[in-house]
Amino acid sequence: MSMSVSPEQNAEQSITADDVVNIQHVSFEYDGISIFKDISLSIPKGKITVVLGPSGTGKSTLLKLISGQLQPQQGKVFTLGHDMSTLSMAELLKVRRRLSLLFQSGALFSDLSVFENVAFPLREHTKLPEHMIRDLVLLRLESVGLRGIAQQMPVQLSGGMARRVAMARSIILDPELIMYDEPFTGQDPISMGVLVKLIQDLKNELNLTSVLVSHDVDEALSIADHIYILEGGKIIAQGDVEDIIHSKDERVVQFLNGHADGPVPFHHAAKPITEEVLND
Amino acid sequence: MINRLVLKTAKTLRSKIQNIGASLLYSCAMVGRATWFLWLILPWGKGFKAPFKRLLQQIYSLGVLSLPIIVVAGVFVGMVLALQGYHILARYGSQEAIGQMVGLSLLREFGPVVTALLFAGRAGSALTAEIGLMKTTEQLNAMEVMGVDPFKRIMSPRLWAGVISLPLLALLFSVLGIYGGAFVAVDVLGIYDGSYWANMQSSISFYDDVIKGVIKTVIFALVVTWIAIFHGWHAKPTSEGVAMATTRTVVQASLAVLALDFILTAVMLGNF
Repeated sequence: MSMSVSPEQNAEQSITADDVVNIQHVSFEYDGISIFKDISLSIPKGKITVVLGPSGTGKSTLLKLISGQLQPQQGKVFTLGHDMSTLSMAELLKVRRRLSLLFQSGALFSDLSVFENVAFPLREHTKLPEHMIRDLVLLRLESVGLRGIAQQMPVQLSGGMARRVAMARSIILDPELIMYDEPFTGQDPISMGVLVKLIQDLKNELNLTSVLVSHDVDEALSIADHIYILEGGKIIAQGDVEDIIHSKDERVVQFLNGHADGPVPFHHAAKPITEEVLND
Repeated sequence: MINRLVLKTAKTLRSKIQNIGASLLYSCAMVGRATWFLWLILPWGKGFKAPFKRLLQQIYSLGVLSLPIIVVAGVFVGMVLALQGYHILARYGSQEAIGQMVGLSLLREFGPVVTALLFAGRAGSALTAEIGLMKTTEQLNAMEVMGVDPFKRIMSPRLWAGVISLPLLALLFSVLGIYGGAFVAVDVLGIYDGSYWANMQSSISFYDDVIKGVIKTVIFALVVTWIAIFHGWHAKPTSEGVAMATTRTVVQASLAVLALDFILTAVMLGNF
């Protein structure tokens, strides 16, 4: 996929019936601040799509738009074939049962044990007998390597373990789409490696469609099938890993290499220093 | 010069009127939002067994865990009432009416109002902090994304638990206060126990004093729990946000209880 074509045009051209999510010409403002300006992108079925970008570019907001927690002021968001802006609350809750979102903090329920946290979606949405719930929960905990801590409380877990438990909870209802919000932030190298492996395993074994937003370039690129880079409310680049690595766009080069100064300036907009400091 | 002064005064006046208008509009919007919020959290949820279990858990956390403060406060308020009442009534030689005074004061006023104030401080603040922290740690968001309605799952059981717990706590407060008063009046000050209990029995009406007191506490319970849950849900997801929301709950719930007490008392006594 060539980088010379407008990234947003590419996104529109690539929309197909197999896409799990279609975002079309979405503009979104929060508290009068523009977060997205006319962005379009699509998430293909069975692939890991990574959305990269500096902090504060609205990556987590994008996930909230996909799950229908926020509505765009302009444009359309289609998730699992539904226009999320036209659904009633009951319909929205029904669609949400088919997707899951792994929060940055894990968002485990602090008053429930690890076992009960993972069992929560089953208890809420199914009428399975207790022995079946027990087996399913233990199998999911086994898949993230944490069957041994089923009876512990969330407060006793490390950040990495909490995210793995949250991952087990996210996949307990076999969702069609799983979204990861900054899964690698604040993780030690071993936890990071475990999370990368788990995300890959889920895709390979369950053919799960995944959207991952992150600013951890190396880990994200190591598992991505398709990448979008967000900056300043726009998609500045998209393509596979090779396209992104060989991009000549100065903003992409700055982001991938972590240069302190460049098209994204080191200094935030301010009055000249001579005017503010030296002119007493 | 005078023109400029007049213009400046007019500008200040206009800005003050605008500020008053803006705060009035904001207050109206808040009342509207809070009413809509109450409408959303009233429904009980599907089924019976699971919501009932959640209700029992919340009755334990709001009601049972408030017992120590209610028990201690009830006994001491009753004891102080008897002590103060004895010295005032003794001036008129009516110290035998102490039982009547303690019973009526507790059932009509002190029981409902002091219990509601203590409930706002202990259970109301805990509710706001709990829901605010659930919001800060994205637990409520996670629930929504899982297709579970947090209004029915989290808020509704807490509201109903408050409405059930507070009237029971207020009755307990009054009963313990009456026994605390009996201890001071009969055992310490030497009032004949027959007159303490008989005076109380003959002057207290079950409907006018006990039932009307319970009606008050049900209304206080609804308002205090509603305010606590509303501020928890609307707390800014930061530590300062949760702290401010908790403070707002205690202040607004306490003032609401006192204001409502005046209105309800006036209505019940037939003054309005």
